[in-house]
Amino acid sequence: MADKAVLTGTYFMNGDYACCEGALAAGCRFFAGYPITPATEITERMSRRLPELGGIFIQMEDEIASMAAVLGASWGGVKAMTSTSGPGFSLMMENIGLGICTETPCVICNVQRAGPSTGLPTLVGQGDMMQARWGSHGHYEVIALAPSSPQEMFDLTIRAFNLSEQYRIPVMIMADEVVGHMNERVVIPRKDEIELIGRRKPKVSPHDYLPYHPDPDGVAPMANCGDGYRIHITGLTHDERGYPGMDEATQAQMVNRLIRKIADNKDKIIRTENICLDDADVVVVAYGISARSARQAVRDARSGGIRAGLIKLETVWPFPETLIRDVAAQVRALVMPEINAGQMVLELQRCAGGACPVHLVSHLGGSIIHPSTILSAIKDAIKGRK
Amino acid sequence: MKYWRKPLDLESIKASRGKVIIVEDRCKGCEFCVAYCPRDVLGMSQTFSVRGYHTPVVIDESKCVNCHFCEALCPEFAIYSIEEAEATKRETARSRRKNK
Amino acid sequence: MKTKKAKKNVPGHPMEDLIRSERLPHIWCAGCGIGTVFGSVMAAIQKSGYDLDKTAIVSGIGCTARMAGYIRLDSFHTTHGRALPFATGLKLANPKLKVLVVSGDGDLLAIGGNHFIHAARRNIDITVICVNNLNYGMTGGQLAPSTPFGAKTTTSVSGCPEEPFNFCYLASACGAIYVARWTSLHIRRLTNSITEAMQKRGFGFVEILTPCPTSFGRRNKIGTALETLKFYHERSVIRNDIDPKEAPIDFGSNIVVGKFVDTERPTFLDNYQLSCKKQIGDWPDFEGTMVQDNQAL
Repeated sequence: MADKAVLTGTYFMNGDYACCEGALAAGCRFFAGYPITPATEITERMSRRLPELGGIFIQMEDEIASMAAVLGASWGGVKAMTSTSGPGFSLMMENIGLGICTETPCVICNVQRAGPSTGLPTLVGQGDMMQARWGSHGHYEVIALAPSSPQEMFDLTIRAFNLSEQYRIPVMIMADEVVGHMNERVVIPRKDEIELIGRRKPKVSPHDYLPYHPDPDGVAPMANCGDGYRIHITGLTHDERGYPGMDEATQAQMVNRLIRKIADNKDKIIRTENICLDDADVVVVAYGISARSARQAVRDARSGGIRAGLIKLETVWPFPETLIRDVAAQVRALVMPEINAGQMVLELQRCAGGACPVHLVSHLGGSIIHPSTILSAIKDAIKGRK
Repeated sequence: MKYWRKPLDLESIKASRGKVIIVEDRCKGCEFCVAYCPRDVLGMSQTFSVRGYHTPVVIDESKCVNCHFCEALCPEFAIYSIEEAEATKRETARSRRKNK
Repeated sequence: MKTKKAKKNVPGHPMEDLIRSERLPHIWCAGCGIGTVFGSVMAAIQKSGYDLDKTAIVSGIGCTARMAGYIRLDSFHTTHGRALPFATGLKLANPKLKVLVVSGDGDLLAIGGNHFIHAARRNIDITVICVNNLNYGMTGGQLAPSTPFGAKTTTSVSGCPEEPFNFCYLASACGAIYVARWTSLHIRRLTNSITEAMQKRGFGFVEILTPCPTSFGRRNKIGTALETLKFYHERSVIRNDIDPKEAPIDFGSNIVVGKFVDTERPTFLDNYQLSCKKQIGDWPDFEGTMVQDNQAL
């Protein structure tokens, strides 16, 4: 019965459906969502699949409620997820902040569409990347992944759950409408081939337990509601006991801990796919569907004699600072294609630190960037033209 | 008390007697307990507590019937009553230990 | 600040085990009714007989919501207005939990209004304690959907231009299976009401009028908190079982209190289970699945 969750096999599957299957394979048994194009398919598939697995599906009254319900379910001891697009992502921001501050493991999939505002509901955009990093108020660190195919929708959703449980943080999957709606080959492995990570439970008695006292890796063991630990969890700045502390010392202690929890573990979190970097003169840095276009462009450049390389960002946040700094020192130019007016390129410029010029290939949304556009940019970059 | 007939269990039924305990440090001087004690056991003190509030004081403990209304009404958990028999038992044990 | 311990050999306050007394004194003002309601809620929880390790409090933001921080149970102080959906997720993920939502009138019925009507409609099995102090106390006394018409608040200096909700009517119309209103003076009845609501399966709603001497009381020249309680004493009439539509809070004449609605209806989980059975033929009892015991629903 249990393998109803892992539909081992090879499929021709929609990206949204693959995300749903990845979540279920990762052990997600609670989904609260709201319909929004182009993420509706995740919600719909969850409504059909969760009852088969004894899970709970609830369509909430709005995205704010969806995010709150996901946090509640996570504290109830269940892996929980929601999905949305730009307008819903904006609504969820306050509760994402609550999830980050209370260190609640959960996953949010944002199948991006062109914005701002209602924008182009059925067409692709990549304009929420900075919002993923800074969308909620206050200062904090996030983890965000960017799948570029339905297969990655499956794989990265599993990784998102693992990261969220390991680091006790809401993890965002920054997909986009094309990756969400395209149908492509998805291979779902056997259940025993999938590595799953669950939240660390406390080893001490309820009397000695401090909900926010971290282990050496910066993450505190998490007691769920109903485990007998009588925890108090609040969005107010709190100390290790979880009690609100209205002073600078508590603020410094808490916020530093939240930042360090991710920053100190960056090397374990960041993943990129590096292609032909060793001898590259121009490196394209891309994520999401733009990485697919970039891959083709790099192939075309190579066959045209240009030594081009590709860094495909699997994790967009934290940004791979060290890698970019090293590569920038060795290449003649960096190129970044994005379906927005330049968001992740700002990080690229910052990390390159002036070691080499950074070129943006921008498309404002509505369709993907054609590989030939990226190829032109690569050629211009080689020639030193902007 | 004047009875028009004597209840059969008059000797066996004992009216509850209570002892009021006031946690002065918690009191914020709202006077709810004083106003709503059904037996007028309490009054307000003339002095201030360490927090600067007038706190309740027990005026006539013999009238307390351990109804716990002050305990239920107090917003600060600063006043409660216990059964007098229990209180006497504890006092006796305490003084016994003291005199050892 | 440490409180002086009671004399040795004198028993502590009966609620000491349930209060996080290391955090006392609490933040509520002198005379605030929330402390009384807090005592009532704890007494009701004790009376209800539920396993305290499996009882959870969820609150939003505001004076009343701070109650979550003082009670020694699993407690969640979430975002403004979002206690109900959080509690929904918590309860559905672990139906064995007994979940109470304790929050104020503004948190539950202004910003949280949308979530309120849907949680009631779905009949999620939670008990909602709504402390009504007629304004937004924590932020200094602004108008709220409970503020009486014409009352002075910091955002209605010439008198509130809005008619208030009748919360009990709203709750009943949305499908709550238990609706009651009391004041913080009616402690015993309030405790009983909360216990009754907890012991029912479904969305229970208990509204409690409390004095707010610092914000509302001061601006409307109501006098001290004690005078507010005396006002409640004189003006409240108990009318059990009447239609909540006929039970307004009319400060000009009477404050109608009582238990208005006490009925039964399938909960969200009951209906969800039925629809799942229809979909897949049986509700499977998976090992490791979170809905372990159907009887707990």
